[in-house]
Amino acid sequence: MSKSNFTRRGLLKTSAVAGAGLALPTIFTAQSAHAFTNEPTGGTVTLGFNVPQTGPYADEGADELRAYQLAVEHLNGGGDGGMLNTFSSKELDGTGILGKKVEYVTGDTQTKSDAARASAKSMIEKDGAIMITGGSSSGVAVAVQALCQEAGVIFMAGLTHSNDTTGKDRKANGFRHFFNSYMSGAALAPVLANAYGTDRKAYHLTADYNWGYTTEEAVKASTEAMGWETVAAVKTPLTQTDFSSYIAPVLQSGADTLVLNHYGGNMVNSLTNAVQFGLRDKQVNGKDFQIVVPLYSRLMAKGAGANVKGIFGSTNWHWSLQDEGSKAFVKSFGTKYGFPPSQAAHTTYVQTLLYADAVQRAGSFAPCAVAEALEDFEFDGLGNGKTLYRGADHQCFKDVLVVKGKENPTSEFDLLEIVEVTPVEQVTYAPDHPQMGGPEATLGACNNGA
Amino acid sequence: MEAIILQILNGLDKGSAYALIALGLTLIFGTLGVVNFAHGALFMIGAFCAVTFSRILTLSHTVVDETKTDFLGNPLKVDVPYLHDLFGQATGDAIIDWAVPLSILFTVPVMMFVGYAMERGLIKHFYNRPHADQILVTFGLAIVLQEVIKYFYGANPIPTPAPQAFAGSFDFGAALGFDPNLIIYPYWRIIYFVFAAVIIGAVFAFLQYTTFGMVVRAGMADRETVGLLGINIDKRFTIMFGLAAAVAGLAGVMYTPINSPNYHMGMDFLVLSFVVVVVGGMGSLPGAVLAGFLLGILESFASMREVLEILPGLNQIIIYLVAIVILLTRPRGLMGRKGVMED
Amino acid sequence: MLGLNKKDLQLMLIVTGLTMLAPFILNPFPESSGMAQFNAGYPDLMQRFVIFGIFAIGFNLLFGLTGYLSFGHAAFLGVGSYGAIWMMKLVTLNVIPAIFMGVIVAGIFSVAVGYICLRRSGIYFSILTLAFAQMSYALAYSVLTPITGGETGLQIKSTDRPLLSNLAEGETGRANLFGMDMRQSFELNVGDWLFTFNAGYYIAAVVMLIAFYISIRIFRSPFGLMLRAIKSNQTRMSYTGLNPRPHTLAAFVISGMYAGLAGGLLVAMDTQVGPERMFWTASGEVVLMTILGGVGTLIGPVLGAGVIKYMENILSKINKDVLHEWFAFMPDGLEDFIVFLVYPFIGKGWHLTLGILFMLVVIFLPGGLVEGGQRIGKWIKNRGKAKDTGGSTEPAE
Repeated sequence: MSKSNFTRRGLLKTSAVAGAGLALPTIFTAQSAHAFTNEPTGGTVTLGFNVPQTGPYADEGADELRAYQLAVEHLNGGGDGGMLNTFSSKELDGTGILGKKVEYVTGDTQTKSDAARASAKSMIEKDGAIMITGGSSSGVAVAVQALCQEAGVIFMAGLTHSNDTTGKDRKANGFRHFFNSYMSGAALAPVLANAYGTDRKAYHLTADYNWGYTTEEAVKASTEAMGWETVAAVKTPLTQTDFSSYIAPVLQSGADTLVLNHYGGNMVNSLTNAVQFGLRDKQVNGKDFQIVVPLYSRLMAKGAGANVKGIFGSTNWHWSLQDEGSKAFVKSFGTKYGFPPSQAAHTTYVQTLLYADAVQRAGSFAPCAVAEALEDFEFDGLGNGKTLYRGADHQCFKDVLVVKGKENPTSEFDLLEIVEVTPVEQVTYAPDHPQMGGPEATLGACNNGA
Repeated sequence: MEAIILQILNGLDKGSAYALIALGLTLIFGTLGVVNFAHGALFMIGAFCAVTFSRILTLSHTVVDETKTDFLGNPLKVDVPYLHDLFGQATGDAIIDWAVPLSILFTVPVMMFVGYAMERGLIKHFYNRPHADQILVTFGLAIVLQEVIKYFYGANPIPTPAPQAFAGSFDFGAALGFDPNLIIYPYWRIIYFVFAAVIIGAVFAFLQYTTFGMVVRAGMADRETVGLLGINIDKRFTIMFGLAAAVAGLAGVMYTPINSPNYHMGMDFLVLSFVVVVVGGMGSLPGAVLAGFLLGILESFASMREVLEILPGLNQIIIYLVAIVILLTRPRGLMGRKGVMED
Repeated sequence: MLGLNKKDLQLMLIVTGLTMLAPFILNPFPESSGMAQFNAGYPDLMQRFVIFGIFAIGFNLLFGLTGYLSFGHAAFLGVGSYGAIWMMKLVTLNVIPAIFMGVIVAGIFSVAVGYICLRRSGIYFSILTLAFAQMSYALAYSVLTPITGGETGLQIKSTDRPLLSNLAEGETGRANLFGMDMRQSFELNVGDWLFTFNAGYYIAAVVMLIAFYISIRIFRSPFGLMLRAIKSNQTRMSYTGLNPRPHTLAAFVISGMYAGLAGGLLVAMDTQVGPERMFWTASGEVVLMTILGGVGTLIGPVLGAGVIKYMENILSKINKDVLHEWFAFMPDGLEDFIVFLVYPFIGKGWHLTLGILFMLVVIFLPGGLVEGGQRIGKWIKNRGKAKDTGGSTEPAE
């Protein structure tokens, strides 16, 4: 009998084959104490892909899952290798991770923190997953990240944009490649000032929950620094579907720019409603009325259809980027699935590669060793140019894309065009920035579990 | 003043959507005595009728355009709708542009059939079962229906714009003598309001002034006696169910340009529509309509910036707060009858 | 014994046996076999089985006995959870005070809600409870963020320093029972089987057994009889000079406290709370659990909770690759075809299977799974004798 806080069935799946042959009901104890949670000892290693498969973000989750499968294929030496060929670190050689074949389990987060934790726990306790990754909202990311910290496994965040994930809720075992609200604001503001002038009056509609708050704060701070004035900021319930009563009074307030701090279904509906009100055909203060959506995703742009045309926003990555890494990824993803990957697919693919590479460089699956390998790791060739995984808050720092809804799309995927690639210096902030939880925010100690 | 007029407009518009859904729900409850949790799903299916119809209109064959390339660098495949071949590009595009209003013609028969099939196939067997069983089985049906839609159409919202002719908004302010741009309202929403009013009026007129409606009303009041008079009330009730489904479906079709439809829009509306029905009083058609408009207007006022500054979060709870106040002061909602669904 | 009659004692002993041996019963398949996917004997899911069992038992006390259908019961589970986690963050990491806090907070909240809602009956009551729950959810998600943590919820952080704890600098507190970590497990390896005995599970299971015992006693008590009277005929009851309101309120509060107990236990097992716990679908879920298992029966709600949680956690994890693995023995074309047929019902399609199951149970087994069990039992009993009588003539209800 052994005593442990988290079990390691991954080990048993492989080592118990020997035991299966025993006809007699011999009770034999598990091996002596292991070094860390779910230490893989057989010829395989299990990763846990925890994505929304039901609920409003199911399509985004499905795209993440496709990218994960592609990453596993590439790590195991299948396919054309994708970004492994362009990645600046050459440790990975297509023989799995540390010579172990990569296997995976999937789960459904339902975009609910309880369900996401239950799913992640079953991966850790039942399937012996050594790393958990995925998710499509910040609530889920923060909840699962805290779980992984307790359990002693690595969490590689998927799509999560709130400052909190690597701000006030940052954890030593959690890592985020995706950008955040602060970066969106910092990247957007100069482009907006350039396009629309510096004396704009902005009206914010903000989703009434944590991500909305951090985004509103970030965009407000950056645009006000450029000389814009914030006329009003109104909170809208998450469950709202019809935004007419929030959009109708915008013109009366004297504002000439509407900022929609919404994501997902909220963003699709509020943007559709705003365009329907004909706001973009109006003139206020002698200027054309404008709408801004701080966080774009191609799937959401697809939902909003023609309404996105000409509207500025920011995004983590877009398939039309022309660097070698992006091209390689789009090629292998597109060849396999028949359409270009979304930003969610990109970030999850990259996160998987980064994790595998860190294990390879560390020479160990132990979370603390992996974390050390990831901290302050500089790399290139994964689609966003030179990138730094900052050790102080486990956030990636890289160029941010400012995009605009395309006026004449050539296909159903060709909805956004890149306006500017904001260099990383412009979006970098101090780890103890007030928007990031200030000096109290701490990673804590890394946890190996067991 | 402008702000208040604007929110009344908003409220009427929201209210017409609520009233339309609640009307169908009450129609089913009032005639058949069945609490139909799948009503939201009917609304959603109606919306997807519009999506399906516009997909049918844009059925295409692919033409390879050698001059352009797709994201992988291969020659671009361009979809050309058959309608372009049939009517030429301009006419074809005009028909596709009008997909949403045209799909009404498609939706009514489809929804009538869906309603008929639902009643004959499932609901019929639940007339004499407890309300809890009715709720559960229709709730299960709602889940099944929305999962089927999700399987075929995905989870992402699907844009279904209104015809170009209705883009933009009407300037009420200028018409009423205020400054321009202060009170504007989108054409499509005005159409939605008028459409809802017509449907509601038609349903009332149908029940009030036709023999069929008279028999159904008699059946609502006393099913047994009507049956004893030798009238096949069951058949009429089946037709009423089909009618209620069609009303829900039409509400869904016309709603698609306002919010891009997705598979869970029915569930989003379900709770709300029940609150509306109950506030109006179970089984009362005028009550449902009145409650729909009342809640719509109050919700719009609660979302005003000036109100939220005093009471932050009021917009989150207004509907429920109003429901509680009304149910505590008026035990059976606004116009409910005694003894209906009270045990 | 224990104030139970023979039949109830039997049931109690069976339930005790099942919960205590759950790690064995839920892990019937060897680890290396393809069927291991269906094993449910890991700590998290076992804990959820018993905790949601408690929740459903409590709900059944209200709905099964009085017939009052609360559509906002998840709110009590939610406030109980918030109460418990604040207790852990501020006072002590021991789970017992936290669980008690959960029960107390939920109790107080249910007195207030029940006092207002019980003024109405039938669907008006349901909508009132729904309204309170939705308001709690909406406020917890948004304006109450400073107290509830909003979307991201509350967790125990490394900066939390409960009064009665001696954590080292930078150490994150863990839920414990007098020093025993909730996540401690013993693992027993028998041949190809692995059985996990988790401390948290056994604590939750003992609490569930106590809750189950109390529920039996309530069912068999004069108070329980009074509640049934409310269900069958409230008017007649008041004509006999009995005021139904205090009894209903008592049932409502007890039921709310059960929900709070479940909420407190959820936090004790997994120190995190999010507002989705109070969303109306969560309230709907407990209604489904109860009806699926069998309303008004003792064991039904627990069964229903088990079935739903099993589907949510096991079915949703089966993906296409797993299917291909299972059916790999078939010829290629057939394999693809079978996978194509099965695929819509598993993984991301688990909601569909759930919906179909509900419909089937409600249509064919109005008394829930318990009725199904009884029918099978009767069928086995009757198989030997009386072949000529044919099918059972007993009505469904």
